[in-house]
Amino acid sequence: MSTLAHDHDHAPSGLKRWIYSTNHKDIGTLYLIFALTMFFVGGAMAMIIRAELFQPGLQFVDPQFYNSMVTVHALIMIFGAVMPAGVGLANWMIPLMIGAPDMALPRMNNMSFWILPFGFALLISTLFMEGGGPAGGWTMYPPLVLQTGDAFPFLIFAIHFLGISSIMGAINIIATVFNMRAPGMSLMQMPLFVWTWVITSFLLIAALPVLAGAVTMLLTDKYFGTSFFDAAGGGDPVMFQHIFWFFGHPEVYILALPAFGIISQVIPAFSRKPLFGYASMVYATASIAILSFVVWAHHMFTVGMPLKGELFFMYATMLIAVPTGVKVFNWMATMWRGAMTFETPMLFAIAFVILFTIGGFSGLMLGMAPVDFQYHDTYFVVAHFHYVLLTGAVFALMSAVYYWLPKWTGYMYDEKLGKIHFWLSTIAANVLFFPQHFLGLAGMPRRIPDYNIQFADFNMISSIGGFAYGLTQLLFVYIVIKCALGGKKAKDKAWEGARGLEWYVPSPAPHHTFETPPKLTKQMLEM
Amino acid sequence: MASKDIYYVPHSSKWPLVGSLALFTTFIGGGMLFNDNPNANYVLLIGAAAVVYMFVGWFNDVINESTSGKYSKQVDTSFRMGMGWFIFSEVMFFAAFFGALFYARMFSIPWLGGEGHGGHNGTHQFLWDSFQASWPLSVMPDPSKFTEYKDVIPAWGIPALNTALLLASGVTVTLAHWALKAGNRQKLVLWLFLTVALGFIFVYFQVEEYAHAMNDLNITLNSGIYGSTFYMLTGFHGFHVTMGAVMLLVILLRCLKGHFTKKDHFAFEAVAWYWHFVDVVWLGLFIFVYWI
Repeated sequence: MSTLAHDHDHAPSGLKRWIYSTNHKDIGTLYLIFALTMFFVGGAMAMIIRAELFQPGLQFVDPQFYNSMVTVHALIMIFGAVMPAGVGLANWMIPLMIGAPDMALPRMNNMSFWILPFGFALLISTLFMEGGGPAGGWTMYPPLVLQTGDAFPFLIFAIHFLGISSIMGAINIIATVFNMRAPGMSLMQMPLFVWTWVITSFLLIAALPVLAGAVTMLLTDKYFGTSFFDAAGGGDPVMFQHIFWFFGHPEVYILALPAFGIISQVIPAFSRKPLFGYASMVYATASIAILSFVVWAHHMFTVGMPLKGELFFMYATMLIAVPTGVKVFNWMATMWRGAMTFETPMLFAIAFVILFTIGGFSGLMLGMAPVDFQYHDTYFVVAHFHYVLLTGAVFALMSAVYYWLPKWTGYMYDEKLGKIHFWLSTIAANVLFFPQHFLGLAGMPRRIPDYNIQFADFNMISSIGGFAYGLTQLLFVYIVIKCALGGKKAKDKAWEGARGLEWYVPSPAPHHTFETPPKLTKQMLEM
Repeated sequence: MASKDIYYVPHSSKWPLVGSLALFTTFIGGGMLFNDNPNANYVLLIGAAAVVYMFVGWFNDVINESTSGKYSKQVDTSFRMGMGWFIFSEVMFFAAFFGALFYARMFSIPWLGGEGHGGHNGTHQFLWDSFQASWPLSVMPDPSKFTEYKDVIPAWGIPALNTALLLASGVTVTLAHWALKAGNRQKLVLWLFLTVALGFIFVYFQVEEYAHAMNDLNITLNSGIYGSTFYMLTGFHGFHVTMGAVMLLVILLRCLKGHFTKKDHFAFEAVAWYWHFVDVVWLGLFIFVYWI
């Protein structure tokens, strides 16, 4: 049942293979390597932050640089690590999962990737400019951000540049899924990873241009005397927050939905059961996406909105718990009475379900307007979104890498090391972020390099967790490289319970797959 | 026409990398310009030239592949989806600026003027208690920081004329499309030429209007939120019209070269969609920026 693919067309060799590529697997690999690199660059900044916070008082860096680290760490992790990793997985897996020869627009695909290194060169170069890097937080609120020095226009243009990349990537995914599916695969027969990426793509196309508009207004406010965000001219700084979060909240789901998709692939595979409630999963994902456009102001409960606004955004936010709950219960129901085994991808997936749900619950707390008045801009917020994004999105990405590595490299990774990586990561991440809940509830503000002595113990524990988490990820790199170089040969269907078309092509997947439309059997379409 | 059983995957190409580098250079040039770097213009010029080079080269490759019959129906559909969603992303870009206009008119100006409950009264009381809300906002809350202007552009002058021009061009481009589908090249070229001409006439009038606004009425980007929203919305729209007119011009030249068939003319349709898009945005501008 193995070869739906022919290996007659070998990969072109040398540098041109990579820089001029139109191959979804090569571009996917580039995306993934880039994302991992950025994960370490952003991670190094996080280490600086945690080193500074190890003890009260100023130890290593000056406050301005500390704030730059906070700002650029966020921008890099969001736009440079999690999003590109997700797009890399989409590139690699969507064509394989839907029986397409490649992405629909392969050249544009390559441009989406090659913008990233240049975009981040632009962004990271700001750290070395007159006046230092951007230090007003990744949310770039005026008037504070308008005090940025020479770095300012480069920050804005980097955002524009990365936005162009994401929009092109999203358009490509939509065209691929709607136009390139193998004959006989209906929309409701697509793997859930594909579904979540289509919906994410809609979010990207609708949200990122709004961010581009918002930062353009910042640029003109600073250099052309416009007064969009200046009350003295009839504008309003709060207006920026509204426009920014109209992008910013969907962005949260841009990071999270692909993770949901990954988990919905991995849990059925290792539970040896079909995904419970497939259709409800699709509808839940779509509901989350639609709701994400009408909840943005829950990020700004404390700026002085009219009471009607507070109430609307509070209730709309609570509503998101419904489709998210549908997902969590479906994952649990999938595992219920399954013949479960606990290989590394499954461990990361289960940890995702538990820890993401903790992040969801703290989100629920933050979503209540009256309660948020206490938590706003404290470490509680930091703990919340790191549970959602690190033990959520990043854990799902790790799960995906372990799950599909055999398909990419043709070898099984070292299971023992994988499990060690999982346990160290999970313990370290919780040591790192759980105490931050207590810090926040006790009133420690975020984005400040120094703190009151009462916060010292929990900060030290948190920092130790941070260093442990950072070091542990070096093990991950070792595992991936080791797997790429050799090991136990992977079967075409590397996991006993895995479902989906990608397991019907050889491992490693040849350079070109599905050059002619595959004839789908009932078995291949099993979910 | 490629066989429909075999998928078409284009060969590798240098243009994506050239494009990324070109945009990179342009953005560096832009950043340098804002930082008053004396070499900014050279970098910008090189970047812009590289962007043009990329567009010409990339489209040239695609046109050659298309006319040599390499593209299947499926590729055509991918292109259509690509263009459609690109236009949607542009719609959302304009939505940000329309959102700013509506927010200023509905919330920030009334609040600055003392309307609303709770804290919003305070803004008025403690910042500028003599400020009175109005639209168009002619006296800014803090007039000392901003350029005062004499009057706003009335809707029923040049803007109304421009509305007529753009709507007419929407009709002519459709007539050109019908002529193309009927295989009538002469009519195709005539109607398309008229569309391009109407597009550039629109741009000409827009420039006239800007000159009038700046020189006679003293409206600048610094004229508070009215000047900000007016110039940013009409400016980005004008830029898009100019791009659209250039795209139409390229299509006209291709028509003259004998490109496109009755059935196969995606590029024509894509540009026509784009043209309708700038048309619709203009209607929004006419109503919300000029008229009410």
